[in-house]
Amino acid sequence: MSDTNQIKKREPLFSAQNIKLLKGPFNDNNPITVQVLGICSALAVTVQMKPAIVMALSVMIVTAFSNLIISIMRNGIPPSIRIIVQLVVIAALVIIVDQLLKAFVYDVSKKLSVFVGLIITNCILMGRLEAFAMANKPWQSFLDGIGNGLGYGLILVVVSFFRELLGYGKILGYQVIPDSFYQAGYVNNGMMILPPMALITVGTIIWIQRSKNRDLIEK
Amino acid sequence: MFSNRYIFIYSSVMVIVVAIALAIAAIQLKPFQENNKRVEKMQNILTSVNIESTVKNAEELYKKYITETYVVSSKGEKIENVKAFDIDLYYELKKKADERQLPVYIAKLDNGDTAFVLALRGKGLWGPIWGYMAFKTDMNTIIGSMFDHKGETPGLGAEIDGKAFQSQFQNKVIFDESGKFTSIQTVKGGAKEGDMHGVDAISGGTITSKGLEKMLFDCLTDYQGFLNKNKK
Repeated sequence: MSDTNQIKKREPLFSAQNIKLLKGPFNDNNPITVQVLGICSALAVTVQMKPAIVMALSVMIVTAFSNLIISIMRNGIPPSIRIIVQLVVIAALVIIVDQLLKAFVYDVSKKLSVFVGLIITNCILMGRLEAFAMANKPWQSFLDGIGNGLGYGLILVVVSFFRELLGYGKILGYQVIPDSFYQAGYVNNGMMILPPMALITVGTIIWIQRSKNRDLIEK
Repeated sequence: MFSNRYIFIYSSVMVIVVAIALAIAAIQLKPFQENNKRVEKMQNILTSVNIESTVKNAEELYKKYITETYVVSSKGEKIENVKAFDIDLYYELKKKADERQLPVYIAKLDNGDTAFVLALRGKGLWGPIWGYMAFKTDMNTIIGSMFDHKGETPGLGAEIDGKAFQSQFQNKVIFDESGKFTSIQTVKGGAKEGDMHGVDAISGGTITSKGLEKMLFDCLTDYQGFLNKNKK
């Protein structure tokens, strides 16, 4: 009798556990610097800040909603075709995002070119779906998606900040290094615009992170 | 466990639902996307006559400055019933030289000059490059130019879309004194002062520069009929 009357206590929306899902990817569980996923696009779209921010938002939307959708569907997905189902969901979301970018931020979409389409192959997505959304409730999965998208975006924004600043002397398209510097002989570093410097920048971030948190260093 | 029947029905329903969703998205967004392309083309043409425009005022400025457009054959004869703006050089360049339809845009500038804008398309290092070039009524002196590319190397070949490179073309001429067609050369190491047919090539972007030079030569050769007929 008392069993049926017992109301299961609901977990608050932003419980400590859920907050951890959001915050983890910023630091010790960052998809780029710790899990080393999604490196390819991180190197390619970080020449300037604006495309990097749009790319980060696109990835965040896709990770959040694909996690949510797969989590809602998780009990009905036949295990034998689960990867196909996951890919169909990701691909559909990415195509919709790509179409929206082409319609509303055409100039940015031109700069991102194929890399929006390549979100489909971004390992962060498949990784989160397999590791998290298939086994967790929709709300938690959604938060996990947002968290990972933000963690990815954070690195993109940091890397693009340095690349745009040193490569073009600009931030978000605005000139920040004054003309007097150029007259005094300062030159923009063309190397920063090329992909190798993105790798070195990401490497530097990984270095700093690991020297701060020694638990991350592999034995 | 799931039966085979369940798996088949599950995947079929999923695919159909996704297909419908994507089709709706594509159809709904198409007008916006096509408008973006149209506006971009207008901005490109305006840039070639040295008029700066934004996405917002491009259409208005285009209507104001571009007074007439028509299509010519490689012999320079006007072709009726074809809209210049709808021509895609990608398809035209696949045709035989004498079957090509080439767009001409005529702009009335603020200083009273008339500019003839011709379309260009060619190959860079990694992919297509294209642009517009505006000539004075003598069909020889360049008023301005605009180039763009699909995916040239950032910082190197991609610099062809920058003002620094494009402004070099102003006041250069494509015919020499005897009236022979010379086009414009991209000169490695920098064009000599007073060189009327050369501009500085881009350091580190040699193949893109050469591709651009070839694009100018090939496309302007196609326009020879038109240029010779309308020379003043």
